[in-house]
Amino acid sequence: MKRGTLHCGFVPLVDCAPLVIARELGFAADEGLDLQLLRQPSWSALRDLLALGHLEAAHMLAPLPIAMTLGLGGFPSEVDTLMVLSVNGNVIAAGNGLVAKMRAGGWQSDLTDAAGTGAALAQAVQGPLRFGVPFPVSMHRELVEYWLKDQPIELELCSVPPPMMAEALEAGEVDAFCVGEPWGSLAVDRAAGELILAGRAIWAFSPEKVLAARHDWIAEHPEATAALMRAVYHAARWLGNPGNRSIATDILARREYLDLPPDKIERAMTGQLLAQSRSLGIEVPGFLHFHKGAANFPWRSQARWIGERLARRHGLPFEDSVARAMAVFRSDLYRDVLGPAGIDLPGASEKLEGALRHPTAVASSRGNMILQPDHFFDGVIFDPDGE
Amino acid sequence: MTTPLRIVVVEKDRARAAEISDALRADGWADVTILDDDTTLTRALAETDPDVVLIDLANPRRDSLETLSEASGARQRPVAMFVDSSDPELSVAAVNAGVSAYVVDGLSGDRVRPVLETAIARFRMMSRVQSELDAAKKALAERKTIDRAKGLLIQAKGLTEEEAYQLLRKTAMDQGKRVVEVAQALVTASELLR
Repeated sequence: MKRGTLHCGFVPLVDCAPLVIARELGFAADEGLDLQLLRQPSWSALRDLLALGHLEAAHMLAPLPIAMTLGLGGFPSEVDTLMVLSVNGNVIAAGNGLVAKMRAGGWQSDLTDAAGTGAALAQAVQGPLRFGVPFPVSMHRELVEYWLKDQPIELELCSVPPPMMAEALEAGEVDAFCVGEPWGSLAVDRAAGELILAGRAIWAFSPEKVLAARHDWIAEHPEATAALMRAVYHAARWLGNPGNRSIATDILARREYLDLPPDKIERAMTGQLLAQSRSLGIEVPGFLHFHKGAANFPWRSQARWIGERLARRHGLPFEDSVARAMAVFRSDLYRDVLGPAGIDLPGASEKLEGALRHPTAVASSRGNMILQPDHFFDGVIFDPDGE
Repeated sequence: MTTPLRIVVVEKDRARAAEISDALRADGWADVTILDDDTTLTRALAETDPDVVLIDLANPRRDSLETLSEASGARQRPVAMFVDSSDPELSVAAVNAGVSAYVVDGLSGDRVRPVLETAIARFRMMSRVQSELDAAKKALAERKTIDRAKGLLIQAKGLTEEEAYQLLRKTAMDQGKRVVEVAQALVTASELLR
């Protein structure tokens, strides 16, 4: 059952793991796919190559397919999200000077107190706070802006490629940053700064990276699309088993993927972070999900949360943009493809975002779905049907 | 071409940077700045405020340009893309689509010029569309203000819609102002008095 070669772009980050595992452990080959993974130097390059048709699929920041579809940045191209590759997994770090001031003000962190850390940051910072994020269209930016919206901080966002984040912090180009692993840990190991918060402290279950493909390509290649989705789903499920994470770490460390020592990658994989260089690890439960809690399901309510923010920021026609954003997350296709493969599907494609403080069983096709905590740090519940 | 374009080349290899800027200058693009791709780039770019940025496709710093173009309005910058000569199709497709700027090995003056010109022509087209869109939006906003002012006059003075508009227009003519300015003044005043 040969289905041919599929070119899939990725940016070197721990959360590209489902694609790497799909290729390296043969999940793609089982589906008859020759999955070629092409490392990209930047999100813009990845975005442009997908839009131009030089890549069939891509590892993308969750808001990026929505932004592309709404015509924001680059050139307009209808791109769909087939599934979510990872949930959470970002860290926030600040430079040593800033951390020292926060600590002098009595701040202590276990990486989970978003409100307290935000207040301490506001107290410590003088003038504008230059915050590095990997890309202007990213969950990093959404999370940082959401987190600091009520703090008296003048936020100046700068886009810095993840591998350069540590250097940018060291050189004072940014005062703090939010980035996906392992790039935060690299800054810690260089003693350029300290981790002050895990991304999940802001939103406990935020879609981070997604598997994206062009809308037209999907329509023209239903079989290849389905094969890719099944392969990546099985890889994500494999990664969901904590016992497999150390093998995954070694594979990701290889030169063609992250090209870094495994110990940097392992921290995100095990949720055992080092906040400071030469310190004890801090365990952050739920730091990064590849599969648990229906992590791969592209919830329309997640798309709505992102779409509303993009529409407001860019002054787009609201209802129309939000409706288009929601259609980007292909929960319909996910059901059509993975339902027949015997995979447990949630009863609805939208949910309240932020309503769960504890793991909670929900209605599903096979009856064994347990969603994970997904609360926002400020206790707000996002209702996709509400105003 | 009345205003010279301010071009920035992001390239840390000095020899290559010099070659590119020589090629550009030889072609009549006089305002060329070379920037290193280190941690000073974002600030240097903001200070230079270029019209066109040329950067290698493989340079991860490409993402930093995205913040810049967002800050200055995503559509306000012409975009060009240079890719390896081994893939001319990609280069053409990219330029037609209006992608941002790239350069690679083997760049020569002959290659710079057509791509740059295509990008600029496209930019002009896009910015015309954009300014038409902006004008339409503004007209719509003005229409709303005038409608509100008419509504206030209809309520306060028992005028018909036509009479209300005549009154606004007459007042505007008497004061040498635009109708929308008088309407805005009325709307503002009524909000203050409420």
